[in-house]
Amino acid sequence: MRILLVDDEYELVTTLAERMELRGLEADWATSGDDALARITTTSYDVVVIDIKMPKISGIEVKRRMEKIRPGMKYIFMTGHGSEGDFQEGSTEVGGERYYLLKPVAIESLLEKINEVSGH
Amino acid sequence: MSITEAIMAKFKPEFWATGGGEPGSGRRVLNFRRTWEQAILLMLGVSLVPLLALAHLDFQVTRNHAENEMALRTGRLLNDNMRAVSFFLQERRAALQFVIQTHTLAELADERGLALNLEGLRSSVGGFVDLGLFDGSGRHFRYSGPYSLQDLDYAAESWFQEVVTAGVHISDFYRGFRDDPHLVIALRRDMDDGSFYILRATLSTEWFNAQLAQFKRSGYGEAFLVNRQGIVQTPTMNYGEVLQRVRLPELPSFTEEFRVFPGVDEDGRELIIGYAVIPDAPFILMVIQRKSEVLRSWVQTRLVITAFVAVSIILIILVILGVTTRLVNKLYQADHERIKAMQEAEQVGKLASVGRLAAGVAHEINNPLAIINEKAGLMRDLLVHGNQETRLVRMPVLLDAIREAVERCAVITRRLLGFARHLESRWQEVRIQDVIEEVLAFHGKEAEYRNINLCVDVAPEVPVFVSDRGKLQQIFLNLVSNAFAAIGDGGHIYITGTMKNEAQVLVTVTDDGTGIPAVDLKRIFEPFFSTRTQRGGTGLGLSITYGLVRELGGNIQVESAVGVGTRFFVTLPLNAAKLQDGREENANSVG
Repeated sequence: MRILLVDDEYELVTTLAERMELRGLEADWATSGDDALARITTTSYDVVVIDIKMPKISGIEVKRRMEKIRPGMKYIFMTGHGSEGDFQEGSTEVGGERYYLLKPVAIESLLEKINEVSGH
Repeated sequence: MSITEAIMAKFKPEFWATGGGEPGSGRRVLNFRRTWEQAILLMLGVSLVPLLALAHLDFQVTRNHAENEMALRTGRLLNDNMRAVSFFLQERRAALQFVIQTHTLAELADERGLALNLEGLRSSVGGFVDLGLFDGSGRHFRYSGPYSLQDLDYAAESWFQEVVTAGVHISDFYRGFRDDPHLVIALRRDMDDGSFYILRATLSTEWFNAQLAQFKRSGYGEAFLVNRQGIVQTPTMNYGEVLQRVRLPELPSFTEEFRVFPGVDEDGRELIIGYAVIPDAPFILMVIQRKSEVLRSWVQTRLVITAFVAVSIILIILVILGVTTRLVNKLYQADHERIKAMQEAEQVGKLASVGRLAAGVAHEINNPLAIINEKAGLMRDLLVHGNQETRLVRMPVLLDAIREAVERCAVITRRLLGFARHLESRWQEVRIQDVIEEVLAFHGKEAEYRNINLCVDVAPEVPVFVSDRGKLQQIFLNLVSNAFAAIGDGGHIYITGTMKNEAQVLVTVTDDGTGIPAVDLKRIFEPFFSTRTQRGGTGLGLSITYGLVRELGGNIQVESAVGVGTRFFVTLPLNAAKLQDGREENANSVG
């Protein structure tokens, strides 16, 4: 299973990607929306994990653009911001609050969600 | 506590202790004590001045009227009495004239003849006491009357001298041989042979006394006769004995025929004095009235009016004092409530801004926490799955990354703690640039996410000055929060600090957001005015900001254009601390 991790925190995405690799997942990472969009033009992913609050292009906007470029991928939102607005927007966008995770996230629950959305 | 103090304490309205103003605070709308004083003075002025003026005018007018009336009446009475006296004397003189012209000397010198004439005169015109005949040498050769005066020699008497030369004489009142006041009328009758004789009649004072006593009964003072030397001729109660000098401090000169004028008696009481010279007689009729007596009815009316005015004034003063005190107290209480509400709102606002900051901080802390979480997780993964070499190479790097993330957290918490500490009101030296940057630091992430351009430009000549750092933080936090709310993603916020003049710093906060419509612009500093009520605005943010700026002794203004942006101008005094000291002294002095 191929996963794309998108977060502006370099240390976070790289570590998370490495841990996923250790668990047998193929994990790529990007530190900005543009970077992530560039990746999906060449590669297809089963699940994309996106941070909502990012400079320049927000996570929500990145997800919308990805839908257009490569429809059918699954998305999980991750945020450090517990605000009501983000929560509403995020959970609506992915079709339910189940796919809206608050940082910091235990890797087990993230993997659980990934399995859940990808239907494996 | 003395009684007056106890009374004062009981009636002293609440606002009394507020004293004279609180400079730099801008919280109290009014100096209630001064307002109270001004209202009292104004109301007393507009109600009492016309009342007193009217009362005074009325006093003058009625007094003049009463005095004129009195002078007129005195004149009339004087004239009437003068005519009566004059007529009385002329009548007697004419009767005597008739006697000597219709009788020969022989007829008169006959003892019965003179008595018959006396009888006739008494029963017709009246007033005669006796008749006498004198020859040219002054011998009283025939007398008819109650006294025995016959054959006395009158040659040396002054009246005799005068009648010899003038032909007629009306005497003053005098006592003469009979020692009883009387006056005489003497006429000279010339004979064909060149000799002459004199007919003399004595008049009693009864008629004069009765006539003039009538006047006294009228209640308007006294009337009496004096001679030209001011010797009293007929009895008077208050102005001297008969045949004594009239008792007045100043005797009129009697140069005019008729005069009414004000004067005083020997005891200094005010008088209205009138006199009239009786024609062809040595008498002057005097009418003297005491002003206090003739003005008595006017004085009584006056007393009633004065009492009425005094009672009115007391009532007006009481009503004005009562109403004004009550109204000002209501105002004070309303203002007090308002200040309390504002203080509560400020507290709420402070808490809200801390809450907002806390939410932002939680978000910022969550990112490094997530990093620590993943790094620690990876270390565990490596311990479980990795080989010895990997562990030795990777562990220090991962631990460094964790320490770095912890440092990031520490920076954020320290910033929040520092900010929260400064929220306590305290006067201290402040570098305005630090305050602004501190406030902006909290918005750094949001600006980053929303791609907002923040620019701060504080001129180097702006000095460190003493102010309340906590209040400044809140002021700029509110303004910057508003600016963030007003602009879209990719907008600009521009903050400048310059010296407005020697004593004032000007800080502007400019955004290129939606702007404020002109109709709202006038009201944005009013409490509870909000265009964001549907979106959680309390409408207190800018009114609190306004209050805070005023408390620092500064002021805040705004200009805005819809679609272009908004600029707030905050002017702060460099010497606000001095104002603050003054205020505290003032607060201490009133307890």
